[in-house]
Amino acid sequence: MFPAIPNPTTEKSAAKFGEKDMIRRSASTITPPAKRQTEVAKLIDVSKCIGCKACQTACLEWNQLTEEVGVNVGVYDNPHDLTANSWTLMRYTEYENPESGNLEWLIRKDGCMHCEDPGCLKACPSPGAIVQYSNGIVDFVKENCIGCGYCVKGCPFNIPRISKADHKAYKCTLCSDRVAVGQGPACQKACPTQAIVFGTKDEMKAWAAKRIADLKSRGFDKAGLYDPPGVQGTHVMYVLHHADKPQLYAGLANNPRISPLVEAWKGVGKYAGLALIGLTAAAGVIHHILQGPNRVSKEDEENAEKLAGGKS
Amino acid sequence: MSSLGPTFGRGAMTNSWTDIRNTDLVLIMGGNAAEAHPCGFKWVTEAKAERGAKLMVVDPRFTRSAAVADHYAPIRPGSDVAFLSGVVNYLLSNDKIHKEYVRHYTNSAYLVKEGYAFDEGFFSGYDESKATYDRSSWEYEIGADGYAVRDMTLEHPRSVFQLMKKHFAPYTPEMVARVSGTPQDKFLKVCDWIASTANGERAMTIMYALGWTQHSHGAQNIRTAAMIQLLCGNIGIPGGGVNALRGHSNVQGITDVGTLTAAIPGYLALPTESEPTLESHLGKRTFKPLQANQTSYWQNYRKFYVSFLKSYFGAKATPENNFGYDWLPKLDVAYDCLRMFDLINQGKTTGLICQGFNPLMAIASSNKSAAGLAKLKFLVSIDPIETDTARFWENHGEFNDVDPAKIQTEVFMLPVTSFAEEAGSLTNSSRCISWKWQAADPYHDSRTDVVILADLFNRIRKLYETQGGKGAEPLMAVDWSYKDPAEPSADELLKELNGKALVDLKDASGKVTRQAGSQLASFGEMRDDGSTDGAMWIYTGVYGPAGNLSQRRDNADPSGLGVYGNWGFSWPANRRIQYNRASADPEGKPWSERKKFMFWNGERWTGPDVPDYVPTIPPSQATGPFIMNPEGVSRLWVRGLMADGPFPVHYEPFESPVTNPVYPKLKGNPAARVFERDRASFGNAKEFPIVATTYRLVEHFHYWTKGVHMNAVVQPEFFVEMSEQLAAEKGIKHGGWVRVWSKRGSVKGKAVVTKRLKPLTIDGKTVHTVGLPLNFGFIGVARKANPINGLTPPVGDANSQTPEYKAFLVNVEPIVGPVA
Amino acid sequence: MSAHDRDSGAHTRVPRYSGSARINHWIVAISFVLLLLSGLSLFHPSLFWLSALFGGGATVRWLHPWIGVVLVVGFIGLFIRFFAQNLPERTDWVWLARIRHVLSGNDEYLPEVGKYNAGQKFVFWSQSVLVAVMFVTGVGLWEPGLAYFESLFGFKATIDQLRAAALIHAAAAVLTITIWIVHVYAAIWVRGTFSAMTRGFVTGGWGWRHHRKWLRKEVDEGKVERQNVTPAE
Repeated sequence: MFPAIPNPTTEKSAAKFGEKDMIRRSASTITPPAKRQTEVAKLIDVSKCIGCKACQTACLEWNQLTEEVGVNVGVYDNPHDLTANSWTLMRYTEYENPESGNLEWLIRKDGCMHCEDPGCLKACPSPGAIVQYSNGIVDFVKENCIGCGYCVKGCPFNIPRISKADHKAYKCTLCSDRVAVGQGPACQKACPTQAIVFGTKDEMKAWAAKRIADLKSRGFDKAGLYDPPGVQGTHVMYVLHHADKPQLYAGLANNPRISPLVEAWKGVGKYAGLALIGLTAAAGVIHHILQGPNRVSKEDEENAEKLAGGKS
Repeated sequence: MSSLGPTFGRGAMTNSWTDIRNTDLVLIMGGNAAEAHPCGFKWVTEAKAERGAKLMVVDPRFTRSAAVADHYAPIRPGSDVAFLSGVVNYLLSNDKIHKEYVRHYTNSAYLVKEGYAFDEGFFSGYDESKATYDRSSWEYEIGADGYAVRDMTLEHPRSVFQLMKKHFAPYTPEMVARVSGTPQDKFLKVCDWIASTANGERAMTIMYALGWTQHSHGAQNIRTAAMIQLLCGNIGIPGGGVNALRGHSNVQGITDVGTLTAAIPGYLALPTESEPTLESHLGKRTFKPLQANQTSYWQNYRKFYVSFLKSYFGAKATPENNFGYDWLPKLDVAYDCLRMFDLINQGKTTGLICQGFNPLMAIASSNKSAAGLAKLKFLVSIDPIETDTARFWENHGEFNDVDPAKIQTEVFMLPVTSFAEEAGSLTNSSRCISWKWQAADPYHDSRTDVVILADLFNRIRKLYETQGGKGAEPLMAVDWSYKDPAEPSADELLKELNGKALVDLKDASGKVTRQAGSQLASFGEMRDDGSTDGAMWIYTGVYGPAGNLSQRRDNADPSGLGVYGNWGFSWPANRRIQYNRASADPEGKPWSERKKFMFWNGERWTGPDVPDYVPTIPPSQATGPFIMNPEGVSRLWVRGLMADGPFPVHYEPFESPVTNPVYPKLKGNPAARVFERDRASFGNAKEFPIVATTYRLVEHFHYWTKGVHMNAVVQPEFFVEMSEQLAAEKGIKHGGWVRVWSKRGSVKGKAVVTKRLKPLTIDGKTVHTVGLPLNFGFIGVARKANPINGLTPPVGDANSQTPEYKAFLVNVEPIVGPVA
Repeated sequence: MSAHDRDSGAHTRVPRYSGSARINHWIVAISFVLLLLSGLSLFHPSLFWLSALFGGGATVRWLHPWIGVVLVVGFIGLFIRFFAQNLPERTDWVWLARIRHVLSGNDEYLPEVGKYNAGQKFVFWSQSVLVAVMFVTGVGLWEPGLAYFESLFGFKATIDQLRAAALIHAAAAVLTITIWIVHVYAAIWVRGTFSAMTRGFVTGGWGWRHHRKWLRKEVDEGKVERQNVTPAE
């Protein structure tokens, strides 16, 4: 059993991280702190998950979110997608394994992966609406959010959602408020089977290695850790029985990275665009300086008058 | 519970939740622990992760438990006895049993007396007209010394062992496949894995719940599982056991305290009409040992009974008036819920008090229940929530299509506090009593159950005092000496269950061992002369001289075996693993170092747990480890203790798609609880070719949480699970509307078309199963639905009278969505 | 009349744009500038301060698409008005081939052109295409608008389509701004042009110099007004 995180004291304590620990801030240039905090991570062991949705309700409760009562559309997934109020969601996939001939019911808890290289933050045009702390948590700052939805496009995992009520972007905060006082995320606390554990990223990797060894002993030779390098690793990781096929788990990205479209848009595109605009304007100025205005001459007017006179 | 008792002596989960982590193999069958017991299921994931334990799931559906299992085998609902009997046959015919355990710790060596017979599915003694068995031919041969005759070689043709071999021989893997539809390879893998534990080195735990109980042969399902565990030597050892998972945090406590229709607290029997005197009652139950040197615990029955009566009637209970025995009601028949609603339906019942009970949802054949409720003069609902039952008179369109103008029943709703709004104790599945402190103020004007019942009691007693009436004497005799008669405290009530010395108790030498007024430390202190009281002997010790032990919260586990001896109090006598003497061999040595638990250290029994044994009886005395049974051993053969046979037999459900392939003459369980007038409500396979089964969803708690917004969010609407093949056959679309109907009613819901349900080939015929979650109704915030029990048949188990919710026949068709 | 007209001693004037065409143009032009400012504020962090002109980023988020709608409606008007005169002609290729002379202001080496020269036609057609592209991709970035069109046409945009939309919208914006700069610069550089969109007239000389074929047609149709009056104002 992974050691339980002790309950907090009732006394107020200083937050364990804050503004001074920011390493990235959307649409801003900041100086990151000299020393990085120990990176934290949440490990979701899909092979231990029973799909009970306790994490979903814990998330709703802790974050005081009210989701709509939906309908059944033929599956166990409810709500049917992440929403501005549902920051985590169990996704169920029925998979008939062609190798073993066995049916597998793959249940994955979806939500923000807290990428080391966050696409949302890269896409965000509003200064300080998305921040990344040195412990790896990527957080949305509601006050600075303008609701443009660029983070939705920037995210390689399609996670953020825009609220129809207040037009702000929402996603899992990794319970940054709980982590700040030494607690684990609410979903981890609620998980009955320790399918969700929380600790430092190194601890999580070590724990995952143990779980992967167990899965391999049960015939899942492709079991592995999902900590995708395309986004320089994540602070929410999965233990998968089929780490070679993440796509099986309700379309988990095989090789997630910030979309080249987004990279082009927010990277080179920004500079190339501004440059092109600037050059065009400059070309006009230079042209005018060199060439001077194109004036209508007296001759032109006389010719016109002549032409008009001839006709009238 | 009416199967574990006859087998082992006590009817409760044998091991503890925390012990499950010691197991090497888990069989989940007749239950879906991950779905219905997610928090307890963590010990399964622990055993898997930390010990490399394997998990097998046998279920009609590929469940959430199966999602994390190492092996899944499908089975047709209602065919568990055939499957498990196949395992018994496999173990016996391949000689893969734990022989020493079977020889010494079960009644395999006992001889059954001449006259017993088994023919075409019927045991000797069947009376077809009464649909009951005369069980006298199912007893042991008694020798000249007054003890039962044994043949320790197990060779005697009338030995239980040989009878068993013969009895289970028909259940070959081919037969299992024919009856249960389980592919042979999948079945044999289960057998093989189970057999790997029949050696004292490895342990298997079996976890089951209502998927086994809720059949017309439910008790026999559990019986067969218990037999497998005995053949493998998996009872009384860490990581073993037959573990009944209870559906509420305190349902074990409720059962213990005696809401069973034929019991008083602590599983003592309520008198029957044939037992007019205390002596006639006790005479039938104070069992004599069946072997020399045996200590049948039931010799103490008299002490427990008298202490109960003293607790009930206080000073008014005297030796002269048989301690008030005459005031107890004498049962003519068992008033289980099926009979109750049958009587209500006949108009023989004036009023019904539902305390935390939603029978319109919970009882089989909801239409019959609704018709009955309308015949009542009054209905009282004592509940923290508004139940569908309390609103049975209200029209909810097609989900409760009634005409309120035609219903004259007066309904009283008494709002009661919920669990967190009152102090008290909870007893979990593994018999551990834990105190809970009040965490929140009562909601508005709600009052606790105790206050409401005390108020009712005091008012009724007052009415009798002032106005008189028939049969007032018992009511007046009840001892109600609480500090505040209007509000007995939870503390006082637990003390009362525990019991105390009424005078100074002295030992043989005259030394005072327990002062008058002091709480008793164990039920061993109870006396039959009226000098002790105690309303429920099994809890004695929880509130002894040392105080309220249910409040203990020490999570130390010195042995590392999940024995949290100082956490709460686990009845009986704070034992965590029952029958734990069986964890050592007859010489008192552990069966293996790996499974070391309780052992004889040369002077006494010791180990991490409280020995389920007299601690000082040496192995040389050869006293059996199952001290509750007069045999001293567990029962592979249950004698006459079960209504439908000493051995299990495969009985088809009352509504079955096939004729019984094993015994074609059997139509259902011959001794099942069924009322003649209900027989017309059973459907046949021609009209209703599809098997249906009902179950709970993890997102909801029974019928309670459909009124809770958050639960409704994560599972908003009733649905019908079916295979892709059935959907294709019927033209049903994934997520489309379907109607499911049985001979008794009809429901509508969304189709969840899934690979997790597959058609099975039963006796050469393709049989489809649909799954129906039961958590939805017409009251609440989740989407409205018809009560699922509108479909279920009114037939109960032969022993527990539990209705057959888990296997019945329906038909299915696609429909255009209902107008909600 | 501007100083230029007086200096050049113009005695003729030719109506070039009707009042409604000019209103139409300025609606589009103002929308364009507002879109440019608000769009650029979200285009690059260094320009985010521009959002303050509109009352902050959140206002930009909802206002920008609606201005876009205004522009699109306005542009459709312009398109209907002018597309016929912007159809390509053979002389356009000659004009383009002599682009060096265009940039040098040596109009005398250029063929006679009608109402629009090839450069203006290029601006017209490229902006027409870009406006369409901007609108379609803009909807992809506009949550309520997207929801509306999704339900209207019964489709569901994929996240990759939306990402492409964002990229294309930005790229198209850069192009449209670039072309707009060319458009504005041309109006400034070619003196005498501006009055066409302010007062609706150009001088005959302007017509003679830049759009002689058009002027001839106007003269034929008798639309050229003689001005006997010397500058009054």
